[in-house]
Amino acid sequence: MKVGLFVTCLVDVARPGIGFAALKLLESAGCEVVVPATQTCCGQPGYNSGAREITRTLARKVLAEFKDCDYVVAPSGSCSGQVKASYAQDLFKDDPDRAEFEKLAAKWYELSDFLVNVLQVQSVPGRFEGTVTYHDSCSGLRELGIKMQPRFLLSMAGASVAEMAEAEKCCGFGGTFSIKLGEISTRMCENKCASARATGAKAIVGGDLGCLLNIEGRLRREGDHETKVLHFAQVIAGEG
Amino acid sequence: MQVQSMFFKRRASEKLADGLLQANMRKAKGKFVDARAKSVLEFGNWEPLRDYAAKLRDAALADLDAYLVEFEKNATARGSVVHWAETAEEACEIIAKIAKDNGVRKVTKSKSMVSEEVNLNERLEAAGVQVVETDLGEYILQLAHEPPSHIVAPAIHKSKEQVADLFTEAHGKPRITQIDALTREAREQLRGHFLSADMGITGSNFLVAETGTTLTVTNEGNADLVTTIPRIHCVIAGIEKVIPTLEDFACLVRLLPRSAIGQSITNYLTLTTGVKGPGDADGPEQMHIVLVDAGRTKFVGTDLQEMLRCIRCGACMNHCPVYQNIGGHAYGWVYPGPMGSVLTPVYVGIENAGDLPNAATFCGECAVACPVKIPLPDLMRKLRERQFEGHLRPWPERLGIHAWSALAVRPGLYAFAMKWAARVGSWLGGRDGLIHSLPGLDGWTKGRDMPAPSGRTFRDLYRERQGRR
Repeated sequence: MKVGLFVTCLVDVARPGIGFAALKLLESAGCEVVVPATQTCCGQPGYNSGAREITRTLARKVLAEFKDCDYVVAPSGSCSGQVKASYAQDLFKDDPDRAEFEKLAAKWYELSDFLVNVLQVQSVPGRFEGTVTYHDSCSGLRELGIKMQPRFLLSMAGASVAEMAEAEKCCGFGGTFSIKLGEISTRMCENKCASARATGAKAIVGGDLGCLLNIEGRLRREGDHETKVLHFAQVIAGEG
Repeated sequence: MQVQSMFFKRRASEKLADGLLQANMRKAKGKFVDARAKSVLEFGNWEPLRDYAAKLRDAALADLDAYLVEFEKNATARGSVVHWAETAEEACEIIAKIAKDNGVRKVTKSKSMVSEEVNLNERLEAAGVQVVETDLGEYILQLAHEPPSHIVAPAIHKSKEQVADLFTEAHGKPRITQIDALTREAREQLRGHFLSADMGITGSNFLVAETGTTLTVTNEGNADLVTTIPRIHCVIAGIEKVIPTLEDFACLVRLLPRSAIGQSITNYLTLTTGVKGPGDADGPEQMHIVLVDAGRTKFVGTDLQEMLRCIRCGACMNHCPVYQNIGGHAYGWVYPGPMGSVLTPVYVGIENAGDLPNAATFCGECAVACPVKIPLPDLMRKLRERQFEGHLRPWPERLGIHAWSALAVRPGLYAFAMKWAARVGSWLGGRDGLIHSLPGLDGWTKGRDMPAPSGRTFRDLYRERQGRR
């Protein structure tokens, strides 16, 4: 089974460890993983900034890079949402290539969804002692239905998940929103951090690096250098 | 209402710093959300109902012109006079003229957002007519000289203590703070106005084409008193409110109160069809219906038409994390939250409300909550596309997008740029791995640290790993 790993632009530049954790999880489950070297970005920053044509160009690039894979997996619900819910349904809605993008969407999975529902893994390499709390990122949750998958995997690693209040509430990241409307974004993140900390968990875990950088940045600014902020892939791959 | 949406950022900032407002918003937050969730669960078959309602609204909008004409015909047959107002000014002129021609000195009003839109109260007061808002929330705000901050719960930003202060000053009675006692006090004040008004003005939740009926939903029953006691009843409504049949209303009224405040049924449904007939115990001698465009036709036939499905329940703002933190006044015009972020730029010009479509993380909660399935994030994105294509966003933002896209389509250059971004970022992060401030990214770093990149890109490390194999 040939699985393409879509690393995501944020993981590539900021937290390569998440990419390697994803790689380890897929390889240890027996996948043949390919990582197209020319990959850059799914186009979401442009798409949500109104730059439609540029996004279409990037979508075609993503399609060309991953067309030959049996599956494509990304450690992000946000990028996966872009590919699965926007390429065919919006950007190429009236395009002759729509069917190609539908095929891409059908074989594209967010990492936890792929591990649980396609590979149906029964164990994970990582062990985590203690309590974590899980932040549901918006796109993964509402566009793709990612909810129980990461929690299931975390419990396989031995972590106990303490649910925070309003786990499904946006953390305020929103891509360029976090910079354009920084004050509102910060307040939303403050609320998220307060809910997370109230659980007493020693780590806040999520599935999207954008949210995680936002949450970590706010925690540290508040003087909390103890609470860890981790991608679930790091936890379950034993690389947290 | 004067458009202040161009100052959204500044206003939002003020609201974030307003401790009292924040406390009030915290108290209100979740109340509607939880109640809605509970009533949706109780209803059970919610999603098919939403699907059906969306189709029903689309069908009405697809033949909007025909249904409006049908409505006019049937309303006229029942003795109503239908007026057409293309602009806000026209709507005000028509109603002011009705008041003048009939020697109207006092008007009682039930809640109407379109009247806020067109500045009706101001126009009538300038003509010497006394206007009394009879919805409790609107009454409070009239005393406070403030616009509504929510389309369903206009005074949600006020605490009962603030209301008590307003009442004490306006009514000259001892200060009380119990909600039921405050309500009773307002009721006593309003009773006299209900009985002495010459004209009643209501909005309308729906206009029923097949019967010429206007429908108003209230919890306080004030619309009943406003429509039946005065000798003239005047309805002001947006043209998109028309629905073909009463049967359609039966569907929509299941969605509206549940989505708005988690109520299975509203306390009052006020249906008014024409003037007092022979043998009728009550009802107005004259009934006027002013159908307002004021920007609505700018949606028709465009990729934003779905917005006109809106039944004004307020669920989108109740669920919006941005609204929850800044309240409705920050948005700077009549319609706050996600629905306002689509309506306002089109009604008042995108150049006057440029931040509104951008005031969303696209978390999607509004789209999930909307009873008529308006894809609000998609519509806001379409407005962002108009802004991008029209060069309407600030230049640093445009430059950023162009620079990013120039890199993203050139993998070699991109890899090179990211290698350096990772390296420099890591260096900036210093020993604690945190960037505390960064020029150009101060929107982020003012309230948060930026966790620094770890130093090498995935692609470089991966290439090395493959080389070793």
